[in-house]
This record gives sequence, structure tokens and C-alpha cells, in this order.
Amino acid sequence: MSREDPRYAGSRWDKLARWRRGEYDPTAGRLELREPDFAPRDELQKLRKYAAQTERDDRYELGLDTRLRGFRRVYLAAAGLLAVFLAALLLVTVSWLPQFGDYTAPEHNEVARRYIEQGLEETGAVNIVAGMILDYRAFDTFGESCVLFIAVCCVLMLLRVDKEEDPHSMAAEDMSDRYFEPHREVILQMAARVLVPVSLVLGIYVVLNGHISPGGGFSGGAIIGTGLVLYLTAFGFERTGRFMNETTVKLLTVSALTFYCFAKSYSFYTGANHLSSFITPGVPGAILSGGLIVYLNICVGVVVACTMYCFYVMFRKGGF
Amino acid sequence: MGSSILTNFEEIASVLLFVIGMIDLLVQPNLVKKIIGLDIMDSAVYLFLAAKGYIAGRAAPIVTDGILDAAHYINPIPAGLVLTGIVVSVSVSAVMMALTICLYREYHTLNLDEIMMLLRRREADETLRLSGRNGEGTPS
Amino acid sequence: MTALRIILLSSLIVCAVAASFSKRLLTSVVIYMAFSLVMAVIWLILESPDLAITEAAVGAGVTGMLFYIMLKKIRSIQTTARPDDDRDGEQD
Repeated sequence: MSREDPRYAGSRWDKLARWRRGEYDPTAGRLELREPDFAPRDELQKLRKYAAQTERDDRYELGLDTRLRGFRRVYLAAAGLLAVFLAALLLVTVSWLPQFGDYTAPEHNEVARRYIEQGLEETGAVNIVAGMILDYRAFDTFGESCVLFIAVCCVLMLLRVDKEEDPHSMAAEDMSDRYFEPHREVILQMAARVLVPVSLVLGIYVVLNGHISPGGGFSGGAIIGTGLVLYLTAFGFERTGRFMNETTVKLLTVSALTFYCFAKSYSFYTGANHLSSFITPGVPGAILSGGLIVYLNICVGVVVACTMYCFYVMFRKGGF
Repeated sequence: MGSSILTNFEEIASVLLFVIGMIDLLVQPNLVKKIIGLDIMDSAVYLFLAAKGYIAGRAAPIVTDGILDAAHYINPIPAGLVLTGIVVSVSVSAVMMALTICLYREYHTLNLDEIMMLLRRREADETLRLSGRNGEGTPS
Repeated sequence: MTALRIILLSSLIVCAVAASFSKRLLTSVVIYMAFSLVMAVIWLILESPDLAITEAAVGAGVTGMLFYIMLKKIRSIQTTARPDDDRDGEQD
């Protein structure tokens, strides 16, 4: 497109040429920063000697400050350099690692062999990973469930809108919650009527069979959580409030965590190294066979389900 | 350059994903993109861990019809680590999203650079206002 | 088998790059859910079905849902707080 072409004026090349000459500033007018409500500049000079060391107001214009734009370019170059250097370093180390999938690699040591060989008769769990997580390393999984609980507390603190404290923002939340209401409820409700029971049963199945088939507390709890969320989206807060309001969620989570804690601390004193304990590994393969694993799986499932449900409610309305 | 670069595809992919996630975190001004970047880094580390546990030609660590010798199953330990890791990374991103919502409610923008600018502008206004009070009158 | 692994891993990397380059936030969230789904399939190939179920249920399911709700919440804050000027600064 030659310069004389009438369409050249607004075209990209023209903008590029003008940008190179410094006349065209792509960021002008694109930023939504509020105009600074400062006095005219000379009055500002007068104030300067009283004001603490305040920078000039165009320091805050994102695009205009040349020092900032220079920093942005250096920052991008440094990030790219760091990324390339880290990638090269890691790739070299990866090339010295043992081959993919060879059994002579050092990390397939006696610990893994011990878990596999004695795992079944000690924990009674057919799924060795579940047995490892909920029996050999139950304390670690207890810590992990507490991490979930702490995450819920953080989200609660950040997004919670209290009815008593400020009814105004609660009303604003309800009004903005109307924004979430699906317009055509019937379709969603019909689908939810079919899907919610299926997903809840699947979730319960995955939790209960955690020690036999792959799955377990975490994934089962997530499936149950998403099932409840689907019910809440379809049928709204009043109908779900009947069985899933604030007290039940709190009660469920805290009781599941305390049961987990007591169950595991009991088996610390009795179950380990041949002390007598009435928790028997049971017949491998049967539902109630994993000793404590089934109950711990249920606790973890309950914690995860309540956490996911609480996340959803907090994000959506800041209250139950 | 060791020989096993030709077979360790998972490890190479996890290194690349880690670097992509890191670039995302460093360069993207948008907060939501940063959260996605961190999640990609999480998945990269978990991919690396689980790939290290894999042994060719062996089955998943679920005892099938009573075979108990360790030569039949892969290494279950990385699977155990990664299982709890995945759920923890979900709760981390949930807390990050809650923070993003709070930031948006305060600054009405998702762009972190703009938020920093608005923050510095408010500090400057604050110092001006304070100085203005002990000076004579605040700016109009 | 290695061909399948290579295809899945390269699609992982493509999803990761696409998620960071996409303009609209909604598309990058959807691409991230696809990323998590491909990751679930890779867990299956690496013979760890526990991780596959957890990644699918928790990665794509819950994280994706939380992303949607967050974008929806941001849009609702944006419209309720400033119904007058509909800013297109944040594409979501």
C-alpha cells in the first residue's frame, strides 16, 4: 500500500511509522485511570515544599512515564533470559536422569517394596496408594485436610458478607446474586433432577471404594461437592438452605476433622508395632475391610465436599 | 548431554510447562492469567514426580488376584504425594481467586500494574492531604 | 505407546501456551480445563488411576467452576458498581 493511497492514513503501517517518529502513542486514551484532581501545576509547586517527598503526578500515568516503559522492557528481557537459562539448566539435568520407566532407577528402593509387599496385610487396602495415604501416612493426610479447612477459613474471611454487620452490603450481594440466577430455570432444573442423584451416588461410590478401586476421599468428595453445587445452581439458595445451610456445613467439616483426629491418634497408641487394637484389617476386597481406611476416607470425602461447596457459595454470594 | 533425553519425554514436557507457567507469572499483568500460570507450574511438578514413579511394563499399584511381589507394580510413593498435592493446589488457587475478587472490588481492575499505579497515586494523595492540612488548605 | 505419549505431552504444551496467549479470560479458562483433562489422560498412561480421577474431578471440575464463578462475580461487580460506563478494559 503506497503512501499516496488514501487508505494509508489510518492503516497500521501509518500508525507504525508515526509511532516510530514518536507522534502516535498507542496507550493514550486506552487507560481508564481517573484524571488526577490536582490543582494546576504552579499551585502544586507552592504545595511541594510542604508536601512530603511526593512524586510528580505523571509518575502514575502508566504509559507516559518513560522510566516505567524502560523498566518494562528490561523486565521482559530479564524474564525471558531467566526462563531460557532455567529451561536449559533443567533440560541438561533431565538428560542425566535415569531413563523413563527403567526399574533400576534409585528411587524404586526398599520403601516402595515394603509398601507393596506388606501393604495388603497391614492396612487391608487393596489399593496400595489409598492404603499408603490413609494408613501409613494418615497423619500427613490429616495435615492436608487441615490445609483444606484453612483454605475455607481464608475464603470465608475474605469474601464473607455478614447479615448483622452491614445489611446494606448484604442487600447488594443479594442483588448481585440475582445476576447469577439462570434465566430459563426449567431446563436447568430438569437436568439437575437427573444429574444430581447420579453424581451424588457416583461420589459416594468413589469415596466408599477408595481402598479397593482407584478414587478415595479426595476425588469422591469433589464429585459430591460438584453435585451439591449443581443442585444449588438449579434450585437456588432457599431449597438448598433446608439441608445445606451454614450450620450443617460447619458441623460436618468440624466433626469429620475431629473424628479423623481421634481415630488416627487412637491407632497411633494401639495399632502400630504389634500393640493390640480392635481395628482389624479385615478381609481384603470387602467394603469394610480396610480397618480405619473406610471411615477416614468418608471423613476426607466430607471435608472435601463441604470445602468445594463452601468455595462456591462464598464466591457467589458471600453467605449461605 | 546425557543419553536419556531421547526417552524422558515427560520430564522434558514438565520442564517446559514449568518455564511456561513461570513466564506467565512473571510477565502477564492480568491476575487471572497469573493464577492459571501458577496452576500450570503445579501440574508440571506433579507430572515430573509421577513420571519418576513409572516403571515400564508394570501395572497400577492395586493388588490384583493376590500377587504381592513388588516386581509387578509401579512405585506407589509419587502417586501418593501427588494425590494430596493436587487437592492442595486447588485450595491455593481458590484463595488466590478470593483475593482477586477482593482486589477487583477495591480497584475495579484486574491489571496488576494499574493496581500498583492506583495504590501509589492514593499514597501520594494521602501525603498531599496530610501535608496540605499542616500547610494552608488542601488542593481544590 | 510413545507416539501417544508424545502427542499428549505436546498438546499439553500447546494448551499451556494457548492459555497464556489468549486475549479473553474465558477462553484461557476453558483452555486450562482442556489442559487439566489432557493431564488426567496422561496420569492414566503413567499407570496411576488415583491421580487420573482426582485430577479430572478436582482439576477440571472444581477449579474450572471456581474460575467461572470468579469471572461471573467480577462481571457482576463491574455492572452493579458502575452500570453507566461499560468498560471493556478487562475482557472476560
